[in-house]
Amino acid sequence: MTSFRVRRPGARIDFEKPLSFSFDGQPYSGFAGDTLASALLANDVRMLARSFKYGRPRGIVGSGPEEPNALMQIEAGAHTIPNLKATQVELYDGLIARRTTGYPTLEFDLKSIGGLFSRFMPAGFYYKTFQNQKLWPKFEHIIRQAAGYGSAPAEPDPETYDHSHRHTQVLVVGGGASGLLAALAAGRAGLKVVVVDEQKECGGWLLSSPHSIIGGKTADAWLKAVLGELQSMPNVEVLTRTSAFALHNMNLVLAVEQLQDHLPLGARSAHRPRQRLHRIRAENVVLATGAIERPLVFGNNDLPGIMTASALTTYLNRYGVAAGKRVLLHTSNDHVYQGACDLVRAGCEVVLADARARVNPAWEKRARAAGVDLRLGYGIAYARGGRAVSGAQLVKLDAERNAVTGKGPSIDCDALGSSGGLSPTVHLYCHDGGRPHWDDEKLAFVVPATGRAKSRIYCVGAVTGEFGLQQALEQTQRTIGDLLASLGKPAGTTSATDVHTDEPASVPPRRIFRIPDGMREGHGKKAFVDFQNDVSAADIHLAVRENYRSIEHIKRYTALGFGTDQGKLSNVNGFAIAADARGISIPEVGTTTYRPAYSPVTFGTLAGLHADETFEPRRYSAMHACHVARGAEFEPVGQWLRPWYFPLPGEDMHAAVRRECLAARRGVGIMDASTLGKIDLRGKDVREFLGRVYANDWAKLAPGKCRYGLMLDENGMVMDDGVTACITDDHFVMTTTTGGAARVFSWLEKWHQTEWPDLDVYMTSVTDHWATAAIVGPKSRQTLAKVCSDIDLSPSAFKFMDWRDGTVAGVPARVFRISFSGELAFEVNVDANYGHHVWEALMDAGREFGITPYGTETMHVLRAEKGFIIVGQDTDGSMTPLDLDMAWAVSMKKPFSFIGKRSFARSDTAGPNRKQLVGLLTEDPEIVLAEGAQIIERTDIAPPVPMLGHVTSSYYSPELDRSIALAVVRDGINRRSDEGRKTGRDVLYAHAGGKAHKVRLVSPVFIDPKGERQNV
Amino acid sequence: MFVFFCPHCGENREEEEFGYGGEAFIPRPATPETLNDDAWGDYLFMRKNPKGWHWEMWSHNTGCRKFFVVKRNTATNAIAGSWTLSDGRKAYDAEGGAT
Repeated sequence: MTSFRVRRPGARIDFEKPLSFSFDGQPYSGFAGDTLASALLANDVRMLARSFKYGRPRGIVGSGPEEPNALMQIEAGAHTIPNLKATQVELYDGLIARRTTGYPTLEFDLKSIGGLFSRFMPAGFYYKTFQNQKLWPKFEHIIRQAAGYGSAPAEPDPETYDHSHRHTQVLVVGGGASGLLAALAAGRAGLKVVVVDEQKECGGWLLSSPHSIIGGKTADAWLKAVLGELQSMPNVEVLTRTSAFALHNMNLVLAVEQLQDHLPLGARSAHRPRQRLHRIRAENVVLATGAIERPLVFGNNDLPGIMTASALTTYLNRYGVAAGKRVLLHTSNDHVYQGACDLVRAGCEVVLADARARVNPAWEKRARAAGVDLRLGYGIAYARGGRAVSGAQLVKLDAERNAVTGKGPSIDCDALGSSGGLSPTVHLYCHDGGRPHWDDEKLAFVVPATGRAKSRIYCVGAVTGEFGLQQALEQTQRTIGDLLASLGKPAGTTSATDVHTDEPASVPPRRIFRIPDGMREGHGKKAFVDFQNDVSAADIHLAVRENYRSIEHIKRYTALGFGTDQGKLSNVNGFAIAADARGISIPEVGTTTYRPAYSPVTFGTLAGLHADETFEPRRYSAMHACHVARGAEFEPVGQWLRPWYFPLPGEDMHAAVRRECLAARRGVGIMDASTLGKIDLRGKDVREFLGRVYANDWAKLAPGKCRYGLMLDENGMVMDDGVTACITDDHFVMTTTTGGAARVFSWLEKWHQTEWPDLDVYMTSVTDHWATAAIVGPKSRQTLAKVCSDIDLSPSAFKFMDWRDGTVAGVPARVFRISFSGELAFEVNVDANYGHHVWEALMDAGREFGITPYGTETMHVLRAEKGFIIVGQDTDGSMTPLDLDMAWAVSMKKPFSFIGKRSFARSDTAGPNRKQLVGLLTEDPEIVLAEGAQIIERTDIAPPVPMLGHVTSSYYSPELDRSIALAVVRDGINRRSDEGRKTGRDVLYAHAGGKAHKVRLVSPVFIDPKGERQNV
Repeated sequence: MFVFFCPHCGENREEEEFGYGGEAFIPRPATPETLNDDAWGDYLFMRKNPKGWHWEMWSHNTGCRKFFVVKRNTATNAIAGSWTLSDGRKAYDAEGGAT
């Protein structure tokens, strides 16, 4: 037993409330107030992990989000969460935790055998070894398993998440001493304030140093008083367990609040979300994000039992756990002295090795008086131990240069804490493009004390490099005073005595990061910079030797700062070692880029309620229930759910589509066409407007008539198509593709607003206002006639491409005689509220003719048999009307140069050998080609074979009883011409899935090339 | 995430209500047929893409559905203001048509 519980005054542990939990199947106990890390430490569980590359034993290093080693798999089954930091997991009764590393077991890790791998795994190991990409798939599985890290749950997430949108005058990020003082000052000035803090209670470092005195009060009493006052203010809200993880443009801060993670599974409410994402738009952001202590880099500094000095102190003072009986502390600064005194008072033997020969006399006096064994001017060359630290070898350091001048004593210890100084948590400040600057006296990348006033981002406390409590509070007072003054508020809402502390003024730290061991880098014991990624000081030197210069490249080559801790402990040490290796200064090296998220955020929280059924709106036509009742299979088309096919009992899709196709060709079929986009256009200039946005001519389209139009972009490429009806001279109704409706509407609005605002045109999207049933087939006229008596349906009175107003099934209807199948067909449009009724009435009317509902699949077969394109399937944004052999839909005589016209004459658009739409017939009529199959000329040459085009649509045609396909092929129209046939240029191969099929290029119109059937 | 002032609605609204409309003030040539391929290609494809102040269009998609002009700094994302198309044109011309 080395660790032990201590009842410390001010500790946040409730010794009256024991909790049980398990780690790797073993039962343990802790207390309310523990984190998983503090409870494991109190149970003397030292080794919690194996390292990423070398399988070295690892233990707890930190006490918060900086923890690199103690990654846990929490709970099991659907509730399991991988890679949580034990330092951030609040202990609850019955918690189940497992290791995430160690293969095959924690006790015996394959990688650790005799350091077997270490020699072969230098920086850039993966790049070097797997340059030959064929090797990677063979090793990936083994490497991933050996490297460890947790597993994602396999089941759907049983918990819910939500989003909250907040607007506030002041957002304070961080509820430590500075953040609380800032909130107090702003709150007293009457501003609307939100404070977020990632821990379960506010206080920050004060929770770890209960002896601090502020304004004559102990830290504990000060916290109680300030929080009490904040709570009493209706304009102030304090959110704990809420981690601000991103700061975006214009002061949008994202923060995740943990609502239930700290509760036993059985105690969680099904009616509350697990986590909530707060999207906080703040007029003023106050960053009080504090600082994280970084360790010193020395040999074997990764042994379990070696932590940051502040973590040791935190476990002692906040959680009532002394990590060892004989504690060795190593520092380059003042921050560890109070902790050293506290450890002695808790009953530990403490040796403090300070790299500085001359230290702060005030602290020296206090430490010696407390009984700390001070060793000045010493460094740790390396730590000793196997699965836990057992001691360390000290060396005498030169007072100026970071070099060894002599041997030091060997010290036995069972816990070791080091402090290389504080690294401000500058992340949020930098997310929005800000850069920290190096302060050579404080040895830290700090943010400006003035923040970014222009963006109304203010920085207070340790994040600005004010590491002393009193200096931090004074700086906070000044900064918030400025903020308040800028808003015309009285600045002095807090007084100087409020922030008086008894802390001695600090003296500068020593500029040392890597403790020298008297050997050339790489020849002594491994000294780790980044624990999570097993990056040693020698790795950084190697990267520099291999000519990596930019710190961004060194990071990626060595993996420095990757992983779940994102280098919170390692980055500054890494930058400093890189600077020394290159012989340049730290600011010249600079930092890597700080990007969101500050700490990992689960996908569920980011998604919130935008998941599953509520991920995207699902649109249903007014006739949907009719299709459900008939057993339709559905497919999503954009946001719409459309009937795909209507299988009868025992039918598969192939059989159903065959039956539906033949019904439409020989009897009567009916399809729900409600989803087509519909735009109602009114105004005296609509006709002119249509002429500009469509390739064809609209000048002579009379009321009562419809016309098919091709819409082009300014490059001359087809972007949409559809039928537009002239209702009156100043009223037209346009239809668009189902998927293109919103895009086309925006497109039209843009042209109208930006180029032709003088045109008198008003557009309304009426897609949802109408329900549309297409009645298709030779018997469609007889069917419609049964429910429509006020429209003369005779061929001479109601011609192809006419529309008529009338009554269908007792409902006012607009009937179009248009066809997307090549058959006689009528599209009946009614108020959507009558859609269901009209569909059923048409079904009843058609019963005697065997009316057959069909879905999108049959619609596709029917239109492909006629060579009708689907924009987006047979076109891809690179097809002109001429490429589609649709010159008939282009009017080059219109006076206005319509959108896309000029581009027809561009050299490439007008040039030869373009891909053009053709029909394809396979030599073997049973083979249905894969859509996307590449068209090639020869099969007898080695790859790469020139690709001439690809199959865009491919079906089995029941009418022809053979397969058909549409394709785009270079010079396709010439190839399929009589001339092309004579020279055999029409015979090519379609290649997919390793097979090439002989095909013949033909007209894309497979059925009724003269169009007689739709004109009966 | 931006907050834009919509000059038509007269309100500051969140970016998710808006859609990007590309560089502003690229008028469509009045007589495209008289342009050679290079000049037409410039109209189609060439954009200023500056590092710095940029006049661009946004549309208030889930609001008034109107296009308007924003002057935005592409390097800092600072926004100098937003205008209706016609007012924006005046402000743009007052600057000499480009910055």
